[in-house]
Amino acid sequence: MSSNLTESTLTLPDAIPKRVKRVGRPRWAIIGEQALELLIRISGISAIVFVLAIFFFVFKEALPVLYSHNFSIKEFLFSTQWYPTSVSNVRYGTFALLVGSVTVTLLSMAIAVPFGLGAAIYISEFCGPRQKETLKIIIELLAAIPSVVWGFIGLTVISKLITTITGTAVGVNLLNGSIILALMSVPIIVSIGEDALKAVPDSFREAGMAMGTTRWQLILRVLLPAAKNGLLAAVLLGVGRAVGETMAVLMATGHSVKIPHGVFDSVRTLTANIAAELGEAAAGSPHYRVLFLTGILLFVITFIVNLTADFVIRGIKRK
Amino acid sequence: MEQMQTAVTRFTKTPFVKKKEFNQQVARWSFFTMAILMIIPLMAIIGYLVYHAAPSLNLDFLLDVPKRGMREGGIWSALIGTIYLVFISLAVAAPIGILAAIYLNEYAKDNWFNRIINLAVINLAGVPSIVHALFGLGAFVYAAQLGYSVLSASLTLAIMTLPVIIASTREALSSVPVSFREACWNVGATRWQTIRAVVLPNSISGILTGVILQVSRAAGETAPIMFTGAVFYKAVKRGDFFPYELTDQCMALSMHLYTVTTQVPNIKESVSYATAVVLLGVVLLVNASAISLRVWMRNRKKW
Repeated sequence: MSSNLTESTLTLPDAIPKRVKRVGRPRWAIIGEQALELLIRISGISAIVFVLAIFFFVFKEALPVLYSHNFSIKEFLFSTQWYPTSVSNVRYGTFALLVGSVTVTLLSMAIAVPFGLGAAIYISEFCGPRQKETLKIIIELLAAIPSVVWGFIGLTVISKLITTITGTAVGVNLLNGSIILALMSVPIIVSIGEDALKAVPDSFREAGMAMGTTRWQLILRVLLPAAKNGLLAAVLLGVGRAVGETMAVLMATGHSVKIPHGVFDSVRTLTANIAAELGEAAAGSPHYRVLFLTGILLFVITFIVNLTADFVIRGIKRK
Repeated sequence: MEQMQTAVTRFTKTPFVKKKEFNQQVARWSFFTMAILMIIPLMAIIGYLVYHAAPSLNLDFLLDVPKRGMREGGIWSALIGTIYLVFISLAVAAPIGILAAIYLNEYAKDNWFNRIINLAVINLAGVPSIVHALFGLGAFVYAAQLGYSVLSASLTLAIMTLPVIIASTREALSSVPVSFREACWNVGATRWQTIRAVVLPNSISGILTGVILQVSRAAGETAPIMFTGAVFYKAVKRGDFFPYELTDQCMALSMHLYTVTTQVPNIKESVSYATAVVLLGVVLLVNASAISLRVWMRNRKKW
């Protein structure tokens, strides 16, 4: 076999002419391909360009107010006095709004995390393939419901439920917003949490099974410790979703700018505040610029949350 | 699992085994309840919405324009506005998103620069929708001087939905086995020839799924278009397919739902419910088609 091969390769040079014109691709095809690859590379960096552009343009609109004499960054971050349209004494303190965002997010996570992780565990460990497929599709559809429809549900259904069950006068409040946000962030917690559980190697499960554990013992002692980073990332992404949500909280949490004292108080979040007031603020006015500054604050908060979640996930992959 | 259970029953169960099996059942059912508790109320809520919307839900509601301060009539002007916004944003986001995904999956090496691109994509997906609205207002409406228009709103939506397309296209591309590419490289094809002849044909349905998901996302968003081009009301002729210019402001379904529920007093209840049901129906229908495309594709997958 091998001798045959060497023989034929040895005889070949005599059979073909010394100089063959190399058949290449036409020039336009090569240039076209290079142009297309350039276009692909440009599109590739578009995400960076857009993130920077978002920061740049929002910051550009906000910048002049930082130099204005009746604005201090300390008041902006730590004062609860939000009176942007006051004639005599304009005050821009977003602390109450920040507290509103934080309380709504925390309460919604208190509802969403147990349910989300519980559902993730059920889907990943307990159910058969057919049931798993059905549940995953339903959860995907749940994630697709637009935020304005959630807001509408909060305004009509949940608010009616809250007033009839608890007897409070106003149904649009902190609790309402948290329930809506919990329903909105459950799908992301379930899908990322399920990915995290799926990422635990089967050999872990087999080792546990070989020791005679039940599924529940396996989950408690083996899977949860092994997947804890992924589950943490799932929760963080849920938090990111809840902090950034606008329309649903705008419609469901009521409209008073104050620090809430109970779950039936109405609150306003950073996001809802921008949505509610941007239409009324004249372009270029200090009020308008402060709203853009609030946008920067939100951008930074979600940036940190998402970055942390990404580092946590990356940590798992490296392992 | 089945075999193990029969193996266990051959022996008498000690109290310890009984206890742990009991715990197992308790855990199983409580997790099941948790999963179900998210789904049942939702079904109930959707049923409730449809029930209240029923008096207004008919073909005329879709085709007629809002009348008498939106208290009567239909939603045609909002529906056609949403179609405009969705398709223009799709025309911008789909090429950029697909090319970006091709870059990230086929060209990018694992170095610091491409890790930053990945971070940027993740971050773009996480930016709150209202910040996108501020960006659209600052960049397109004022800096680019497009004004409050269909174009500004669509571009804002396009940037907002870009990560959706990038993520799902990447997933589709990476599901094509590397051996397919290697086979193609081995016969002397360049990278782009490989992508065009092997990778794209094998992942086209996955890419299409991503595009459909972008449509559903864009149709449902309210905040980004609220300050960049969508208005409360615009006079449109009934059944007119081309009522808006690119530089006009337009109505949109999501915006219309917000308007009729919070800004219009004394509105007939069924009108706002019907608007919500139509928006929900459109979005869920689009999503369901993406899901069925994915299931169909997986069933005929050859590897």
